[in-house]
Amino acid sequence: MLTNILTKEDTHKQLFTMGHTGCSGCAQSMAVKLIMQVLGKNTIATSATGCLEVFSTKFPESSWNIPWIHSLFENSAAIASGIEAALQITGKKDGTTVLSQAGDGGTADIGLQALSGMFERGHDVLYICYDNGAYMNTGYQRSGLTPYDSFTTTSPSGKISFGNNRPKKYMPEIAMAHKIPYTAVASAGYPIDLQKKVKKTLSIKGPKYLQVDVPCVPGWKYEPRYSVKIAQLAVQSGLYPLFEAEYGKITSVKKISKRVPVEEYLKLQGRFKHLFKNEAGKAEIEKIQKIADENIEQYGLL
Amino acid sequence: MKKVLEGSMAISDSIRMTEPKVISAYPITPQTHIVEHLSQMVADGDLKAEYVMVESEHSAASVVLGASACGVRTYTATAAQGLLYMEEVIYNIAGMRLPVVLTVANRAVSAPISIWNDMQDSMALRDSGAIQLVAENNQEAYDMHIQAYKIAENPEVMLPVMVCVDGFVLTHTFEVVETIDHIEKVREYLPPLNMKYTLDINNPFSFGTVGEPSVYLETRFRLSNAINNSKSIIVDAANDYKEMFGKYEGALIDTYKMDDADTVIVAMGSVLGTIKDVVDELREAGKKIGVLKIRAFRPFPADEIVNALKNIKNAIVIEKAVSLGKGGILSCEIRDALYQRRINSVNVNGYVMGLGGRDITPKNIYDLIIKAEKEEDVDGEFFGLNNELLNKVF
Repeated sequence: MLTNILTKEDTHKQLFTMGHTGCSGCAQSMAVKLIMQVLGKNTIATSATGCLEVFSTKFPESSWNIPWIHSLFENSAAIASGIEAALQITGKKDGTTVLSQAGDGGTADIGLQALSGMFERGHDVLYICYDNGAYMNTGYQRSGLTPYDSFTTTSPSGKISFGNNRPKKYMPEIAMAHKIPYTAVASAGYPIDLQKKVKKTLSIKGPKYLQVDVPCVPGWKYEPRYSVKIAQLAVQSGLYPLFEAEYGKITSVKKISKRVPVEEYLKLQGRFKHLFKNEAGKAEIEKIQKIADENIEQYGLL
Repeated sequence: MKKVLEGSMAISDSIRMTEPKVISAYPITPQTHIVEHLSQMVADGDLKAEYVMVESEHSAASVVLGASACGVRTYTATAAQGLLYMEEVIYNIAGMRLPVVLTVANRAVSAPISIWNDMQDSMALRDSGAIQLVAENNQEAYDMHIQAYKIAENPEVMLPVMVCVDGFVLTHTFEVVETIDHIEKVREYLPPLNMKYTLDINNPFSFGTVGEPSVYLETRFRLSNAINNSKSIIVDAANDYKEMFGKYEGALIDTYKMDDADTVIVAMGSVLGTIKDVVDELREAGKKIGVLKIRAFRPFPADEIVNALKNIKNAIVIEKAVSLGKGGILSCEIRDALYQRRINSVNVNGYVMGLGGRDITPKNIYDLIIKAEKEEDVDGEFFGLNNELLNKVF
C-alpha cells in the first residue's frame, strides 16, 4: 500500500530524522526511531560518545528534532543528572523526559560508575543502553557486553582462541541491584514490545534502565537484511532474554514462542563463523547452548 | 560587614550571593569545607539550589556541564587528583562554551600523595580553555568568585572560570573578610544568566556534535579568541566591582612598590603576602624592590606583564609548580613574552619552591633575592632543598 510509505517530508518531521550516516541495516537507528516515536517532543536527550552520536550529528547536520547533547564517553548519565537537576530547580521537570543514551561500552564499562551514581541518587531519568555487544564505533573491539566466543578485533579467534572467552556481563541485573523503579530488556527485533516498555517508563518517576539488543551489520558481519531476524533469533534461542523488573524484582518475561537452537542464531553471523570449522567449535556451540538453556531456566522463558 | 572567616567560608558565602541553581561536587581535601558549607546552606534553605552529591569529580563536572547547558548558573569545586580527574570534562565545558565557575583549592598532585598546597594541579589545566584567576587572600577569594561569574557569563566570553585558592593556606585559615550585606547589590552587579542557546524543548538544538577536519580548526580558533579577548572583560569585571563594592585587588595583574624598582618578585596566590612583608622591610632598608602579582594566569596577560617589567633589571619568579622535563612555567611564559617584544634587558630567574606544602618563609625570600640577583636565566631551579634528604632513598 503506497499510502503507508512515509514521504521525505514526513520523515523530516520525525523527532529522529532520516539523513544520518548510520550503516544500512543499523538496528540501533531503528530502535532510536521507535523510541522517539513514543517519548515525543518533550524530551531532552544525552548521548555518550559512540555510533549514535557520530552518525546522527555530523556538524552542521543533526538528526535530532529535540534538544540533544553529547559530552563525553563515560558521562551520559551524569550529564542527564545535571539536566534533571536544572529542570527540577527551575520548575520545568514536569512533563519533560530526560533521556540518557549510550552504547554497551558507554554503559557497562567506562560509564558504569556515572550510571550507578545516577541510579543511586534517584534522578528521574530514562537511561537506554543500545547493546550491540562491542565497541563498534571504533572498529569492533570487545566490551564487557560482548557475548561468549564472539570474534572482535581485540578478542579475535585464532589458532588457540575461540574469541571472547568471558560471558556477557549481567548488566540488567546490575541495574536491578540498585532497586530502581524499572528495568527492562527489549530488542530491535520486537518493536511493539520495545515501544510498550518505553511507554511504560513515561508513567514511572525515578531512574529507569532499558537495554535494547541492536544487531550491528559490520560488527556482527551479516547481510543488512538480517538485522531484525537476528535480533529475533537472539530472543527465540534464549540468548537475549526480554523481561521487565520493578524495584529489583522481575515482573514479566517475554516467552519464547518458537524455540530455536543457538546454532540458528550463530550461523548467520561472521563473528561466530570460527565455531563452524571443526569439532572443537562444535563443543563451543554446545557451551553457548548451555548459556541459552540456563537463561531459559532462570527467567522462565518457555 | 566585616567578619572573621575561614577561606572556605568566605568562598561558600560569596557563592551563596551569586545564587547558583545547581551545585555538584565530590569531596577532596582541602576543598571539603567549601562544599560542606554550601550543603548546609541548601539544607537550611538559605540557598535555593540543587546540590547533587556525585560519585566522582568526573561526574561533578559532568553534572554542572549538563545543568549549565540548560541555562542555569552552576558551581563546583575540587583540588589536585580531583581536578586531574575532571580534566577531560573541563576541556569539554570550555569547548562547549559553558559558563561554569569552579574553585580549585590548590594542592600538590601524586606521587607521592600530598594533601598540601602547591599549584601543580591548576597548572595542568592551563591549556584547557578555562580562565584561571588566582586569589591572594580570603578577601580576594570572596570577591573573585563573584567576578568569576560576571566574566564567565559575558556573552563574548562564555567560558568556565577556575578560581584558584591555595589549599589550607587560604581555605583553612581565618582572616577578616568584608562581605556584601545586600544580595540585591550582587544581583545588580551580576544579572541573571541569559544564554542564547540552551537545552530547551521549545527550541531544540544539538550540542556537542561531531567536528570534522573541515570545521574543527575554526571551532578551536574561536575558542582561542574568546579566552584571549576575555582580558578586557576581566578588567571590566574588576573595575565594576570596585565601583559597586569598593574592593579592588587588581585585574589581570597588580603591582606593589614597583616604582623605580630594580628587582621585582613575580608570584601568584597566597605567597604574595609573605613576599610583600619582606619587600616592605627591604624598602625601608633602601632597596629598590617591588612585587608583581599575576592575578589572571589564563588568559596570560603578556602585554601587561611586559609593560610592568620592561624597565627593571631582575625578575625573580616564584614557581609553585614545575613543568617536568622543562623547568619553570610562569618564568618561561614571562621570558617568552619579553622575547616576543624584543626586550632583552630583563634577567628572568624562575625558582621552584614550596611544593607539596613546604613553607615559603620570609627568610627563604631574603635568601632567594640575594642568590637570584647574582644569577642569570635560571629556568625552574629547585630552591630550598634539604640536602640531607637527597642522599636518602624514598
